[in-house]
Amino acid sequence: MVDEEITPDESIDIRGLVCPYTFVKAKLAIEDLEVGKVLEIILDYEEASRSIPKSMEDHGQTVLLVDKTNETDWRLLIRKEQD
Amino acid sequence: MDFTEEQLHRYSRHIIMPEVGGKGQKKLLAAKVFIVGAGGLGCPVGYYLAAAGVGTIGVVDNDDVELSNLQRQIAHSVSTIGKPKVESLKATLGGLNPDVNVVALKQRLTNGNILDILKDYDIVVDGSDNFPNRYLVNDACVMLKKPLISGAILRFEGQVTTIIPGEGHCYRCLFEEPPPPGLVPSCQEAGVLGVLPGVIGGLEATEVLKLILGKGEVLKNELLIYNALQVGFRKVKVPKRADCPVCGDNPTITELMDYDAGYCAPR
Repeated sequence: MVDEEITPDESIDIRGLVCPYTFVKAKLAIEDLEVGKVLEIILDYEEASRSIPKSMEDHGQTVLLVDKTNETDWRLLIRKEQD
Repeated sequence: MDFTEEQLHRYSRHIIMPEVGGKGQKKLLAAKVFIVGAGGLGCPVGYYLAAAGVGTIGVVDNDDVELSNLQRQIAHSVSTIGKPKVESLKATLGGLNPDVNVVALKQRLTNGNILDILKDYDIVVDGSDNFPNRYLVNDACVMLKKPLISGAILRFEGQVTTIIPGEGHCYRCLFEEPPPPGLVPSCQEAGVLGVLPGVIGGLEATEVLKLILGKGEVLKNELLIYNALQVGFRKVKVPKRADCPVCGDNPTITELMDYDAGYCAPR
């Protein structure tokens, strides 16, 4: 699943935010992307590291990466599959 | 247009839904909805559309707030008794959501002014309490090709239907002519359970939001009937009639008429 070669097309840093604003920001960022593009999300709210991937999949997008990058942060890569 | 941080919080429960999202919320903010009547139905319809962030809400009503309204007209209050209902509603909606531009018209809708008033709006909601207005609004919406959500309440029962001119039925396909004056009691004469307009107004507001978002089904070619005593919802099919006098193939009503004939003068 981990593919270090993927270069995201857009990136958002939502560290400091909690649910549901983590997903609000992530969803708005995905909406602004074209289909096929990849969004990188940096976050530090543990619950969102699980809920954002699940919600993105529910909305038809593909989760490429969920990676705990250090003590506090996660890095997600989401590919937009549909509007 | 980007959302402000305040809007992200206010509309967060909309934005996270797949059927709404940021795009849908922007459609709501750009939408213009007109409400006929600031009474039992107009209050909850206006309340929920304002909460949802419908950007422009027009409302017409010629009455002032009375104490007897407060049993069901939830946007008014003791502090607005004696004031125009449209101003009372506007103040309440403005307090709920400053994003919303409320256009308050204290006047009667007539065959002379309705086309001009409705022309700038996307969707019309009928919350009027009398038959002349109901037919005036139906005929005007058919002529302007504006979607119309029509609601009615009496005692423990209410109805909702959604008229999409050119696609589905209109109010005259359902009831061709108004009933003779005096046959059907008004809610002034017969009463209405205070919460009933909340249910029916909530359904009307839901129809409006779905039309703006372009999601789901609406009550096109259908009449939804709610009976509060039996706790029952019933849907009745209402086909579009080819011989309907206003929306049929060869309409006989091609301009607005005198709708008040035979009815007692409005207060």
